[in-house]
Formats: sequence, structure tokens, C-alpha cells
Amino acid sequence: MLVESDGDPAARVAAGPHPVHNLWRLRRYLRPYAAQFAWLLVAGLAGTAAGIAVPLVVQRVVDGPVARRDPAGLLQLGALALLLGVAEAVLIFIRRWVQSSSAIGMEAALRADVYAHLQRLSTGFHDRWQSGQLLSRITSDLSVIRRFLSFGVFFLVLNLTTYLVVVLLLIHLHPALGLLVAASAVPLLLISRRFGRHYHAASRRMQDQQGDVATLVEETAQGLRTMKAYGRGPELAARFTGGARTLHDTGVRKGRLLANTAGLLDLVPNLTLGVVLVAGAAAAARGVLTIGELVAFASLQLMLIWPVQSLGWIIANGQEAATAADRIQEVLDTRPQIVDSPGALALPREAVHGRLHFERVAFRYPGTAAPVLDGVDLTIEPGETLALVGATGSGKSTLLSLVPRLHEVTGGRITLDGHDLRELRLDSLRRLVGVAFEEPTLFSMSVRENLTLGRPDAGDDEVRAALALAQADFAYDLPWGLATRVGEQGLSLSGGQRQRLALARAVLGRPALLVLDDPLSALDVHTEALVEAALRRVLRNSTALLVVHRPSTIALADRVALLDGGRIAAIGRHSELLATVPAYRALLAAEPPVGQPPPSGAASTASPAATSDGRGLVRS
Amino acid sequence: MSVPEQAEPPGEEPELTRWRGTATDPEADRSRAEESTPEAVARLRRLSRTLLADLLRPHRRRLGAAVGLLLAQNAAAMAGPYLVMIGIDRAIAPLRAGDARPLVAVAGAFAAAAVTEYVARRGFLALSARIGQAVLLDLRRRVFGHFLRLSVGFHERYTSGRMVSRLTSDLDSIAELVDGGIDSLVLAALSILSVAAILLWLDLPLAAVTLFAFPFLFWLSRWFARASASAYRRTREAIALVIVHFVESMRGIRAVQAFRREPRNQRIFVALGDDYRQASLHAFRLIATYSPAIKLIGNVTVAVVLCYGGWRVLGGQTEVGVLAAFLLYLRRFFEPMQELSQFYNSLQSATAALEKLAGVLDERPAVAQPARPVPLPTGAGRGEVVFGAVSFGYRADTPILSGVELTVPAGQTVALIGPTGAGKSTVAKLVARFHDPDSGTVRLDGIDLRAVGDADLRRAVVLVTQENHLFSGTVAENIRFGRPGADDAAVQAAARAIGAHEFITALPDGYATQVHRRGGRLSAGQRQLVAFARAFLADPTVLILDEATSSLDVPTERLVQRALGTILRDRTALVIAHRLSTVETADRVLVLDGGRVVEDGPPAVLAEADGRYAALRRQWRESLV
Repeated sequence: MLVESDGDPAARVAAGPHPVHNLWRLRRYLRPYAAQFAWLLVAGLAGTAAGIAVPLVVQRVVDGPVARRDPAGLLQLGALALLLGVAEAVLIFIRRWVQSSSAIGMEAALRADVYAHLQRLSTGFHDRWQSGQLLSRITSDLSVIRRFLSFGVFFLVLNLTTYLVVVLLLIHLHPALGLLVAASAVPLLLISRRFGRHYHAASRRMQDQQGDVATLVEETAQGLRTMKAYGRGPELAARFTGGARTLHDTGVRKGRLLANTAGLLDLVPNLTLGVVLVAGAAAAARGVLTIGELVAFASLQLMLIWPVQSLGWIIANGQEAATAADRIQEVLDTRPQIVDSPGALALPREAVHGRLHFERVAFRYPGTAAPVLDGVDLTIEPGETLALVGATGSGKSTLLSLVPRLHEVTGGRITLDGHDLRELRLDSLRRLVGVAFEEPTLFSMSVRENLTLGRPDAGDDEVRAALALAQADFAYDLPWGLATRVGEQGLSLSGGQRQRLALARAVLGRPALLVLDDPLSALDVHTEALVEAALRRVLRNSTALLVVHRPSTIALADRVALLDGGRIAAIGRHSELLATVPAYRALLAAEPPVGQPPPSGAASTASPAATSDGRGLVRS
Repeated sequence: MSVPEQAEPPGEEPELTRWRGTATDPEADRSRAEESTPEAVARLRRLSRTLLADLLRPHRRRLGAAVGLLLAQNAAAMAGPYLVMIGIDRAIAPLRAGDARPLVAVAGAFAAAAVTEYVARRGFLALSARIGQAVLLDLRRRVFGHFLRLSVGFHERYTSGRMVSRLTSDLDSIAELVDGGIDSLVLAALSILSVAAILLWLDLPLAAVTLFAFPFLFWLSRWFARASASAYRRTREAIALVIVHFVESMRGIRAVQAFRREPRNQRIFVALGDDYRQASLHAFRLIATYSPAIKLIGNVTVAVVLCYGGWRVLGGQTEVGVLAAFLLYLRRFFEPMQELSQFYNSLQSATAALEKLAGVLDERPAVAQPARPVPLPTGAGRGEVVFGAVSFGYRADTPILSGVELTVPAGQTVALIGPTGAGKSTVAKLVARFHDPDSGTVRLDGIDLRAVGDADLRRAVVLVTQENHLFSGTVAENIRFGRPGADDAAVQAAARAIGAHEFITALPDGYATQVHRRGGRLSAGQRQLVAFARAFLADPTVLILDEATSSLDVPTERLVQRALGTILRDRTALVIAHRLSTVETADRVLVLDGGRVVEDGPPAVLAEADGRYAALRRQWRESLV
């Protein structure tokens, strides 16, 4: 099972040096609540003491007023019992009230930290981890930990104390019987320990399997349209059923483990009570023990059942919490790969000329043998627009992602005005770079928020200018204008509209560097021409790197670079490259001329005929 | 570890709620399962009860056995204090007289009760785990299957985040109840009833005093049940927002990082988390009030019983042993109620979750399966698509298509062009039956699509979009998605035909390469090629391509087009493309605008006319620098 779940290689690393090591490391989340925890313990212990005192009052009642026929004494002791009872209830109220706020506060703090850390981890990490696995960590795992750190640990302390005090009282009442009751703890502890070991393994398995099912659910939700288009519902349902059945089997096994243990945890104290009763009755018959003492003894012994029974639950809960802590620390222990280096520089926008230089840049995805980029040398002068051209899968998008450091070069370096990008502060670098990805990502929030993602301070004029440039003025005509929610949970926009919003986002605030990945692919010819005209004006002030598939878009660029085999194979003006570089011609010569029927038959590569036909068109 | 708090400028407080923007359709935010009017809540409660009964029905016999075991366990547990009473009142005196038999009998009965309780409890827990897990499995499968059956329109409204939250967090909270708690719940109710009965039988006046506590308990419990039901419903809604925000920001992490969204995201996440914290705190505080209140009533009752019982023993109306038994039984009476409040948390979460799931299961698929599907005619020359007066809009007030009449003869390749929002993709989705028309019919080979079975329809019609979703698994598995039974040779032949073979064999593990999370390591163009190979393998009668080649470079697109030349020859095709190169090879061009067909004819003919197509074509030719 551990190996099967694909795409999540780092997810199942070994736990820490000790099973609870990772749980122990979370203690700092309890620290803000240390004082509260102390109050909690005091209130809890005092409440328990009041609870324990009641059977002793009962003993006094039976042996005192009842035996001596003293109604006044009875009333006094009754009042005492009432007082103790009210005190216990009040103390429990205080304890629970305090407990709830600290538990939930701790959970919220931990959740916020995990989220913050996940936001810092590089895209490489997120490529490997499914968000279903991450989601199960911030929901189910966190609530397991919350339950344990607040209730589990507390009851562990409280119940152990209760156990100890009651056993001491019992020994005081009747040493032999008291020792017998104390001895009955030994089998209970053995049972609990064995249970804990097995349950730990089972619960870890269950949590991983839950993560797997969550992943499958998420994937299905994402690929729903594809699933519908091919009618593959039954296959996906079968896959889901497989996962759900594994969960079922683990659940049943876990249930059986619990059943075996919980029964034993009842049996031992009950048998002990039987022995207490028989031996106690015998002692009472001999006059060694009073009837009142026997009643108190029995009630006190009954008080031990809950602490002992709960021990099993607490241990199980603790095991789950330890597992959950392992899973959370796996994430928290992953060091962000792309961080500010010590003494990193912040470059203000005004100080940037915008000379972008790639020096023998190499990149390899972790865990793969073949580099995607292998010695890219490239210089883009300030204000220049360079188009990057290459066959499908040649690494164009990868190259672009290196500029805002979404991935880090694995060899060579990229410099901006002579500064290695790694010497710049991430925040500063990303402020300088405007990016549009090949897939326009919109979040479920207002148009305005989507445009000003990282710049909530952007002014209305800036937003208006960016929208105008991207021919995205349609945004003002949405039902609530820029306040209209778009994205998954909002109004659905067409591919072209999404792309124009993404472009507007990239150019908002005129960044020094523009990195655009096929920014016009989803636009119709008319809109494309309008956007191009507007873009041309912006590009004059920015250094730009564009990935381009279409001859039409190349007109935007001053120069074109051909990416092939992980390096720049040719660079120059469009017309030069068309004339001199056959590989470039093959990639970018215009589409076949009008009226010619599509050549039929199997084809393995672009045929020379098509290329020359294409060149025939390139004249205007 | 925590991100430094960046002070929000004054007056920006509502900013943290404004960022979400206004949903165009307020109901888009909720499904029927999340409405909160009293009638809707009552309806959901009814639905969830029906669902529960339905889920439990197949396990009736096991459930009966479980109840039997539970009764045995309860009876054995109840015997304890009674035997203590017998021991004190009936065994000590004979023992003093040298007769040990009553004590031996009590001891024997005690041992028997303990063993019975052990066996019954163990059996019950094992059995209830099996029933509970079987019910969970059933529920998971039902909900997942139902989500798959619901229309694309539903999912666009409901969103994937909410679907994930239903199938993970909601089901987990039900699982939590199944894992630990069911026995406590049932046992508590059972022991309360049996203790009450035993008390009445032991000593009527003393029991009457005890029963005086009942109205208080009843009133308190009713208050708690009502208050916490709404409190837990609020927590479920709050956590759903946290989940949606989390999943979206993880999925869009590239944009988040590239645009330095992290600090603002963090503030929003903390604010949403805070909402959830407030909601949970409220729920927890209800328990923090209820549980000690029960304890208070219990303790007061004990004190009263002690006085009144002691007084009755004084007066000789009852025996010491009875008083002892009373006090022991009272503990068994109030303690389960305490425990109950512990589990009430899980119970309420589970109930709220079950209501949401019942609401989902109650959604009727808008694009329903026909009760009696009409088989599509088979044989060569099939694939005629006819739109008869089709009108359609995603929302009632904005029609996208109005009265579209269209006949695409079998085997014809039709290109759809027109400005953004003209309804091209809508035509594609109607043919693929992602939606049903509001009025009019879409017919395939003369049969209304509403009457065609899903398996039949999907074999005949395949829609390829620019979405190109790849599922986790290997490249080969993703191609095989088009036809699950296909062997490796067929998969490779499909890849070859489309021109994807070369790049696939160059991948680290060739066809066995894992595509990972949503095709993370394949470029957009490569994903499109895989999607094409998938469609090719599916071998449909009608193929719809909606911007399916937008991310391909020119040679690859040309390759794909050449392959399409062969592929499309004997099947019907609807092609939507912005690039006119694709359009010019079509048999026929349809220009759509404002939900109507405004031009219709072979590309060569339309190019000569002075219409929109000719204008677009001129513009395109100019763009080919």
C-alpha cells in the first residue's frame, strides 16, 4: 500500500526517531496556553477530589448517623455531600470552558503555519504532492492532534492521578484489598500497551488510505468533464470502490482490535469488584470492615473503571495523533528549496534597466535523468522583446519559469543587470516580473482581486489601463463589474476571456520584465490583432520573453530564439531565421495555402513539401 | 514559523470578506443541501433519516444480533450494584452465622455477569464495526456514483472543492462516529432506561425523589440538542470555506508565488480559519455548559438520595444495601449522560454531514439517463447530427442559442467560427450532451440524445477540449482511457497516428511514464497530443474538437491535421478553432453570432462572398507575416 500511491514519493518517509518524537515537537503550540493549562489541571484535580470525597461521605453516613440513628448528623453530612457535588460541577464547568478555547486556538495556529509553509514550498514540491494528501493533513490530521493535545493529554494526567489517589485511599481502607485493586492495573497496562502498538500501525495505514481516496476524489472532480466526455464513470467508480473497500477492510480490522481490547478493559475491573465484594463481605462479617467502608470501597473501585477504560481510548487517540504529527512534520520538515539567500538584494523598479542574461543555464527536474535545459546562453537587452520558439516539449515553459524563480536553475546562472537572480530577494524579483502562464489560473474571487493578486494596493487607473491593454474591458460589463466573482465558484468565463484577464494581471503596474507563455493562443483573430497592437506599446518599456507558437504573434518580437535540444540553436530576426535555419522554417512557416486539400496518409514528420509550400506564403 | 502579521490599513476590515466578490447567482454558492430556511432544514433532516434507514436495511439481521448483544451487555452491567446489595443485606449476616453459601452464590453470579459483559461487549463492538464500515462503504459508493451521474451544469455550480469536501471531510466525520461512539450512544440510552426501571422496583419513594430530576434533564438535553445542531451546521459550512480556499491556493500555487500573493492569502486563510474557530468555540462551549449542568443535577440527586435514603434506613423502611445499590445505580445513570455529551460532538458533526450527503443524493441529474434507452443504429455511414429549433442558456435570463436549426450529414466536417461568446462551445457541449437544450432537440441518427443510453452515446460521440485533463497514472493508461479494453499495440498505434509516439518514447519510461499530478511534467502541447491519441483510440462516429489544437506548434499541428484528414474522412466532425488554417480544410463553415447561424457554406464559397468569414479570412492572411 505504501508504495502504490503514485506521485507522492516523499509522502511516506519513516517516522521520527521515537514514535511520539514528532508529536513532542508540536508542544510549542501549547506554550501560549501554559497558564491556561495549569488552571485546567488545578480545576480538573480539584473537581476530581470533590468527586472522590463523595463516597467517603457516604461511608460516614452509613457508619455514623444511620448506624447511630442520628437524623441531625444525617442532614449535616447530606449538606456536605451537596456542597461537594456543586463544587465538582462548577469546577468541571471552569475546566471545560478553558479547555475548549485553548484546544481550538492551538489547532488554528498550527493550521495557519502549515498553510504558510506550503505557500513557501516551491512548485517542484507541489508537482510531486497531490493536494488531496495536503488537504487531509490540514483537516483530519489536525483535528486528531487537537483532540489529543487538549483532551487526550489532559485526561491522561487527570485519570492517572485519579487512579493513584483512589488506589491509595483503598489501601488505607483495607490494605490487602487495596493492593489487589492496585495489582489489577498490571494486566490492564499490558493490554493497553499491546493494543497501542497494533493500533498505531492500523491507524497510520488508515490515514494514508484516506489520503489516497481524497486524492482520487479530487482528481475525479478535476477531470469531471473528461470523464463525462468519454463516459468513463463506471471505471472511475470501480477505482473509487477499490479505494473505499481498502478503507473498509482497514476499518473492520481496527474495529476488531478495539473490540478485543475494550472487552478486556471491562472484564478486569469487574472481576476485581467481584473479589472485593466477596472478600469485603467476609471482612465485614468478621468485623474488620464496617458496612459503610464496604460501600465506600465498592463505589471508589467503580470510580476506577472510567480512568482505566479511557486509557485505551487515550492511547488509541495518542497513536493517531503521533501518526498525524508525523504526517504534518513531513510537510513542515520539507525545507523550501527556493529561498532568499543571506544578504539578498532588493532592486527598486526605477533602478532596473532590464538586461536579462542566461549563462550556460541548465535545468533538470528532480528524479529525472535527462536535463530539459542544458547550456542555454541568451541575452535580452533592456526594452527588447525576445520570442522563444521550439517544438512541443522542448522546454520553453520551463525556461520561462526560471525567471521568476518558480524553479531554480540546476546549472549556470541567470542575471538581471548583472545580479544573479539568486542574489535578489524573491519578493523583489517577483515584483519586477509579470507572468502569464499557458493555463490562465483564476481563483474564486472578484475580478479585481484576481487582477491585483499580489498588489492589493493597485489603483483603479492601473487596473483600468491593464484591462484596456489586454482587451479585457468586458470585465466592467459583468453583472457586478470588477466585484463579480469569477473562477471555479463564480461566473464561468470563456477560455479567451480567462486568457485576457491573465494577461491583464501580468502587465498590471508595468513590470520591468514580462514573461508570457503563449499569451494569445485562445484569442480569435480579431481580438488577437487588437491585443497585439496594445501589447506592442507596453513592450517598448519592458524587457520581455515570450513563448510563441504562431507566426502572427512573432511580429511582436524584436528577435527570435530557437530552443532545441536544451540549448539555443539559433537566434536572430524572424526573416533571417526563416531564410537560413531549416529547423526554424519547419516550426514556423505559415500554414498550408488556401484551397489545397489536406495531404492524406500516415505522416511521421513534417514533409519538405509542406515546408516549401509554407514558405510560398511568407511574403507580405 | 508564523508569517509576520502585516498590519491591515485602517478601514480595510471588510476587505477580508470583500475579496471573494459577488457571485452572479447567489444560489451558485449553495446547493439545495446547504439552504438554511427552516423548511429546507426539516426537509434535509427527513431525507437524511430516510437515507440512514435505507443504508441500514441490508444489515437488519446483523443489527438485530447487535441489539441482542447490547441488551445482554446492559443486563450484565446492571447486575453489579444489585449483587452488591444482595451481598450486603443477605450474605453478611449468614456468614457471621457460618453459612458461606449466599456469598458463594453472589460471587458466582458476579463472575458470570462479568464474563457475560465481556463476551457481549466484544461481540457487539466487532459486529458494529462490521456494520458501520459496510454502511460507510455503501455511502461512499453511493455519493461518489451520484456525483458522477450529476450533470456538468451541476458540477459547474457546485464546484469541485465542495465535492471534495463532501467526500472527504463529511464522510470522515461519519467514520469517526462509527469508529468510536455508537456503542456509547446506544448503551447510554439503554442504561438510563434500565436504571430508572430498577430504581422504581427497588424502592418506590426513593425512586420518586430521583425521578424528580427527569424534567430538568429532559429540558436541558432538548436545549442542548437544538442549540448544538445549528452550531455544528455552522462549523461544517465554515470548514468548507477553509477547504475551498486551501485547495484552490495549492492548485494555483504557481500564480500565488509568481504574483507574491502569499501574505494576502495567509491573511485570508487566517480569517477563514478564525471563522471556523469561532464556530467551533461556540459549539464546544455548549458542551462545556451542558456537561457540568448534567453533573450538577446528578450530584444534587445523590445528596438528596443520601439524606432521604438514610432517613428511610433510620426509620427501617429500607435496608442499607438498597441505599448502597441506589447510589451505585445513580452513578450508572448520570455517567453515560456525561459520556453522551462527549460523543454528542461526533454525533452532531456526523448528523450534519449526513444531511449534506442526503442533500447531494437528492439532487436529480439535470441530464438524466433515459429509463428505456433507444439503441443507436449501427453500421457504416452513421453520425448525422440534427439540431431542431434548439434554444439554450446557462441561466434563464441570458439565452446563448435561440432557435438553432442545423443538419450535419454523416461524415461531414463542419467548422464553427464566430466571436467569443457566440455559442460555439455551447453547440459542442450540446452534441456531447453535457447539457440538454431548454427547448428543441438534438438528434443523432434520428434519435433524440435524451433517449440514448450513456454508454452508447459516449461510444458514438467524443468531445476533445483544450482542457486535456490527464489522470494520475501512466501515459499509456491515459491514452487507454479512450477505450479501456485496448491492448498496448492499439495504444501505440493511436499515438503513432497522431504523431505523439516520438515524444512519448523519448520520456524517461516511455509509455509507462507516470504523468503525476495533473500532467505536471508534460508540456501543454504534449498533453494535447495525449488527449488526441485518446480520442483517436476511442474511435467515435462523431468527433468534436473545441480548440483542441491551440497549444501545438505548427509542425505538430500540421501533423495532427494530416492525421485528422484520415481520421475524419469517414466520420462526422465539429471543429471549433480560431486558426483559419484548420477551418479551410473543412467541408463546411458555420459562422455563429449572437446564438444564431449567420453564414453557412463551403469555405471556398464563403471566402468569395462579402461576409464575415471573408473579412476574418482577410485579417488572418494579413497576420501571417
